[in-house]
Amino acid sequence: MTDTAPKLIVEGVSKRFATSRAAVQALDNVSLDIAGGEFVCLIGPSGCGKSTLLDIMAGLTLPDAGRVMADGKLVQGPGRQRLVMFQESALFPWLDAFGNVMFGLKLRPDLSSAERKKIAEHFLHLVGLEKFKHAHVHELSGGMKQRVALARALAPDPQVLLMDEPFAALDALTRDQLYDDIQRIWIESRKTIVFVTHNVREAVCLGDRVVLMSPSPGRISRIFDIPLPRPRDINSPDLAGYTSQVAAALKGTLRGSVSE
Amino acid sequence: MRRVAVAFLFFAALVVLWDLAVRSGRWSIVLLPSPVTVAEYLWGAALDGSLWEAAWVTLKRLLIGYVAGVIIGLPLGLLTSTSQVLEDTVGSLALGLQTLPSVCWVPLALVWFGQSEGAMLFVVIMGTVWSVIIATDHGARTIPPIYARAARTMGSEGFHKWTRVILPASLPFLVSGMKQGWAFAWRSLMAAEIYVTILTGFGLGHLLHYGRELNAMEQVIGIMIVIVLIGLLADRLLFSPWERFLHHRWGTNVKET
Repeated sequence: MTDTAPKLIVEGVSKRFATSRAAVQALDNVSLDIAGGEFVCLIGPSGCGKSTLLDIMAGLTLPDAGRVMADGKLVQGPGRQRLVMFQESALFPWLDAFGNVMFGLKLRPDLSSAERKKIAEHFLHLVGLEKFKHAHVHELSGGMKQRVALARALAPDPQVLLMDEPFAALDALTRDQLYDDIQRIWIESRKTIVFVTHNVREAVCLGDRVVLMSPSPGRISRIFDIPLPRPRDINSPDLAGYTSQVAAALKGTLRGSVSE
Repeated sequence: MRRVAVAFLFFAALVVLWDLAVRSGRWSIVLLPSPVTVAEYLWGAALDGSLWEAAWVTLKRLLIGYVAGVIIGLPLGLLTSTSQVLEDTVGSLALGLQTLPSVCWVPLALVWFGQSEGAMLFVVIMGTVWSVIIATDHGARTIPPIYARAARTMGSEGFHKWTRVILPASLPFLVSGMKQGWAFAWRSLMAAEIYVTILTGFGLGHLLHYGRELNAMEQVIGIMIVIVLIGLLADRLLFSPWERFLHHRWGTNVKET
């Protein structure tokens, strides 16, 4: 299922944020290996540093201590091998859907313009939006925007896809549809995916592993393996056992943080 | 079509009211000429070409001064938006000088450049450039940071980021900044033309000025109407298409017809 050498290595990463009132230890000595082709979900209560960890993997934020290695190379800044999908679509309103997908492709000098067009069309088709190629961003629904954002992130062929609660702002029906799509795309493309969420069912449905984090200071408290066959249905009873385990552990991290 | 009719009726009613006021005889027709007299003056000035010539002289000055102001102002505004030091220095200067009514530049311009085209241009550029800087700076600062973050993850840095992300993202603000710059340029030029008498060309401001000197109120009012019309026309031709395009693209202000 996965390659042997880790794709992403997080080694002893710490990050502090100082505001004028208080300093927050967002991450404290976090280490995690992620294998190539693996789907890892980061879950935890707000303030556990899961989004910060994703930003550090992306290279958008640099850690105070520790390091992130991607394919054996130190991450010192953002790179197109690790593309990010945000909670808001972050699509550019001055471009149409096709233009948005082309944006990252145009930054790849190794492609000819005909190849770029072909790739962009392929990914718009993959997310089922080929008919909305020339739609303006504001004409798309929330779910369609995230589909375009997914196509935009996949098109430059990154090795790693970092997703920061990408479906959190969508309605349940659209979300269920996207769970199917993202699994299908993942199975076909064999990308390594790190997916941040606060939704336990979502994490169990999507992840090969679910990494539970606890807040103040942000740490990994437990890792769950989810050895269920794919594709998984978010409403399937098979998920329920794992969901209740993770949910119970999540409650534990909350109780722990309150008693501190 | 109905909107055009309503607007037309409104302005027709204004002219009728004006005419009634003149006919009431309460004010001397030397002070308040009738709409017909004003129309006659404009017709005459259009026939003998003096109106077109003045309008052309004025528009040429306006365009040169405005374009220069925008070319100086846009990059400066983008620069001040990126650097705290530039914001505290150039940004504060722009903010300060923007509050200075542009007519205040006229005495300085006269001393430095004499009664020349240079003085005109100087006043127009000074009237334009600061408001363009401030509008551009404000625009570039208001861009959601997530655009820049998304662009960075896709490998967009430096020049590419500026031309492909920051600039297009701030377009709506740039257009409103340029529109404001245009209004400022127009006002500055009229101030300059009324105060600076120069031999290199008679603009609309001069016609206005000499209308007063000759006590020809039909000329004063006629030229004022022309100035308003040119302003409206510029707005419709230069800025409306842009604004409509941006609203369409960004999906803002959907209530348009």
